[in-house]
Amino acid sequence: MVELMTPLLALLCPAVAAPLILLFDKKPNIREGWTIAAGIAMFALVLSMVPVILQGEVITYTFFQTLFEGVAFGFKVDAFGLIFALTSSSLWILVSFYSVGYMRSLEEHAQTRYFFSFAVAIFGAIGIALSANLLTMFVFYEILTVSTYPLVIHDQSREALSAGRKYFAYLLPSGVFFLFAVMMTYYLTGTTDFTNGGIPALGSAPQLTLVVLFFCFLMGFLKAAWMPFHSWLPTAMVAPTPVSALLHAVAVVKAGVFGIVRIVCYIYGVELMSKVDVINGYLTLGLALACIAGFTMIVANLFAIAQDNLKRRLAYSTISQLSYIILGAALLVPDGIRGAMMHIPFHGFMKITLFLCAGAITVVTGKKNISEMAGVGKTMPRTMLAFTIGAFGMSGIPPAVGLISKWFLCQGALKMGEIPELLEAREILFLFIILAASLLDVVYFFPIIHTAFFKEPEGAEQEVEVQEAPLFMLIPLTITAVFSIIFLLDFILRLNILSMYIYKLVEIAVENATQPLVI
Amino acid sequence: MSIFILHHVLTVGTIHYWLGGWRPPWGIEYVVDGLNAYVLVLILFLSFVAVLYSKRSVEHEVEERKHVAFYTVFQLLVAGCCGVVLTGDAFNMYVLSEIASLTAYALIAIAGGRALRASYNYLVMGSIGICFYLLGIGFLYSVTGSLNMGDLRILLPPLYGNKMVQTAFIFVLIGLGIKSAFFPLHIWQPNSYTYAPSAVSVIISTVAAKTFIYALIRIIFSVFTLDFIRSYVGVDIAICWIAAIGIIVGSVLAIVQHNLKRMLAYSSVSQIGYIALGIGLSPTSGWGLLGALAHLANHAIMKGCLFSAAGAFIYKYNLWDIRDFEGLGKKMPYVSAAFTLAALSMIGVPPSTGFATKLFLIYAALQATEIFSSAAYLFVGVLLLSSLLNLVYFWRVIERMYFVKREERNGGERESEAPLSMLLPMLLLASLCVVVGILWLTPMPLPLIKDALFELGVEAVP
Repeated sequence: MVELMTPLLALLCPAVAAPLILLFDKKPNIREGWTIAAGIAMFALVLSMVPVILQGEVITYTFFQTLFEGVAFGFKVDAFGLIFALTSSSLWILVSFYSVGYMRSLEEHAQTRYFFSFAVAIFGAIGIALSANLLTMFVFYEILTVSTYPLVIHDQSREALSAGRKYFAYLLPSGVFFLFAVMMTYYLTGTTDFTNGGIPALGSAPQLTLVVLFFCFLMGFLKAAWMPFHSWLPTAMVAPTPVSALLHAVAVVKAGVFGIVRIVCYIYGVELMSKVDVINGYLTLGLALACIAGFTMIVANLFAIAQDNLKRRLAYSTISQLSYIILGAALLVPDGIRGAMMHIPFHGFMKITLFLCAGAITVVTGKKNISEMAGVGKTMPRTMLAFTIGAFGMSGIPPAVGLISKWFLCQGALKMGEIPELLEAREILFLFIILAASLLDVVYFFPIIHTAFFKEPEGAEQEVEVQEAPLFMLIPLTITAVFSIIFLLDFILRLNILSMYIYKLVEIAVENATQPLVI
Repeated sequence: MSIFILHHVLTVGTIHYWLGGWRPPWGIEYVVDGLNAYVLVLILFLSFVAVLYSKRSVEHEVEERKHVAFYTVFQLLVAGCCGVVLTGDAFNMYVLSEIASLTAYALIAIAGGRALRASYNYLVMGSIGICFYLLGIGFLYSVTGSLNMGDLRILLPPLYGNKMVQTAFIFVLIGLGIKSAFFPLHIWQPNSYTYAPSAVSVIISTVAAKTFIYALIRIIFSVFTLDFIRSYVGVDIAICWIAAIGIIVGSVLAIVQHNLKRMLAYSSVSQIGYIALGIGLSPTSGWGLLGALAHLANHAIMKGCLFSAAGAFIYKYNLWDIRDFEGLGKKMPYVSAAFTLAALSMIGVPPSTGFATKLFLIYAALQATEIFSSAAYLFVGVLLLSSLLNLVYFWRVIERMYFVKREERNGGERESEAPLSMLLPMLLLASLCVVVGILWLTPMPLPLIKDALFELGVEAVP
């Protein structure tokens, strides 16, 4: 345990930037300067915490003690939180650059509101990553929900407004469930701190209470878009592309998944999850969660195949990929959790690449539907190359990093099959689901690549000129694509460059999460 | 104008007076303890804010020849409220609350027109309420022979089984319930809030309403004490049920309103339900009373801000109807921002004041599960549901103000803010929504809470 101000300082970056953005309403260059400066400062601060965590320490910072005894408003940075913080803060910088290019090329209105809300949303996301207990997490969770609303309805068209309503209709009631669950946890145990291996006192509560409480938590984390409560996410795709990219592929939805993993590993604990029965003797909490996740993976992918709008297809793909993470945690074996934790940053990088490419295509050609994209690969070769890398990664094919997290997930599913009490048929059920879902990934991604590269655009005989997106947009998406590959090379060849830290962090996090209860 | 300055001095002076010491000997019957010092600061602060605000608003909405009368009556109202808060004598409380009520009727009626009817309605209901109160006090006097609160508290315990005392309790509850617009005794309230001049809506919804709630809390906890409620089985859960129904019904009625001030009035009915629920839960959990007391201040701050924003819309554009609000966010950015902040606070988005109240009350309800069993879960559900209903009616307004594109009707509307003297109080209240919300979460108000709760005989919570 180290007491450091760093978490607070990191949070202050976007918090200070937000009012500055409002102040420099009339000077766009300075305004965007603040966004980017805050992004870099925050990333540096988050990065500076890495060495401390790698030594196996935990950074804590208590802001103040609340009226509720045993609950402090404070931050605790452990390996898992840091992974999420690193992912969102590094991607924020890239997306900020991208936003500048995107918003200016399309000459969007209300740019100040856009950048302001973006900064506040990141403030919420980082707060969730670093918070020490459920109450703190809830505060930032709600901030994230409210601050994303202006981004979703940015268009202010009728469609955008109804999407915004849907967004609230799903996520604010979910916040209510979350609040109830937090207070209930406090009432039962007298604490809401995230504890390695789960809160011990929770084990003595009645079974039924635990089941209900768990489902309240699950409803609370609707941001993870598990089915059948997913439909806010595809609808929210009316937002500008950078918003879809960072918030609806990384920060917001990952906050939901992050929360679920936190609940599974740090509130309930692996042991308790596998002990509590939902239906007598047949279904434990862990299995129930795994079933929800497995269902979502398959069904969301089937939905994705049917979409023609590129962003909507990506949204369904996100829903499915998020459930990979939930499934990984629900398997309750170290390998599964390892895969889940790795998939958080990896999916972040790959999905953001895909979204940034989609945005670049819209900016250059104005096309939003996949059926119109014939020949885009010729006009925008670099963008489409990045897209291809991302798509390969999603489907778990090298050279992108999706392979590794999926490998561990499969390992986890196999290991779970070895647990003797379980019924025969379940042994390979989840392995089968993971593989089937990956196959479906291929089914809906490859037609896009095929259309873009190998289909001739109708009526256009003459040689097409190469016309790429502005540099502001091209560079970030190249970087994320390159990183998706570097992560993989790093793991296989042991190059030991910067990204190796992610693996080390994951190892520590897995160790924390699965360690037996120390009473 | 001299009245305004005089009032200012009075206000600031009184606050200093409280800061000087906790128990200044204001004659024999006037007792200042943690609770009423807290309420006193609250109502004097809010009346100060309201008087700042009212200058321009009254110029706009009230005929000029009535101005002097307005400020005089206004002062009497504040004086009456202070009296109610400070007094330590049950009959004295009756006299002073009559002063406060009569002036409130006059203030509402000052707008003329429909306000006259609303005021008359209020007058009738208020008089019935105060009669109930007087009867209750009369019963107590006939049984104990004393009117001093401290005395009553000592004399009552042997008489808890007495039917007379129980009737007195119910009468006082109904009487003060009418005055503070507890559901279902609220019927006078929406019309009065809606048709009164904006400045008066601000002051009545904050200062006057909160004074009567204070009186209720004082009588219940200081005169009858918790032991009485505990011995009188069923009364606490009855209060909870009525409050829960009030919370939901108030919110639903607010949703169907189109007039902004009317909507706010119904939202007050629901919010006062929160306070009632807190009171009802207090015999089982100290957090309940804490939630009620916290909401007393929180609701006053939020509603004051909302009503003054509504008043500013009327002042500048004569807008009453929510459906005409398109583009207000552009035209009056600061007023709209203040409104939004207060509305978010009503919904209970952290870290605002509404969030703190919700936390306290939910925890109180969870603790009450030990005694009320499953009904208490229902109360938790009501609290959570009501925040969603709040969201529905407030978000309608916010969405119209900021996000709905309006058809260009009379193009080239420029930004035009409310005058500074209206804007400043509003922004002050709006920022307090957040600051006070954070304060409630920190241990800072702990000494105050301990003192106030101790006086009321509730075991200290944290």
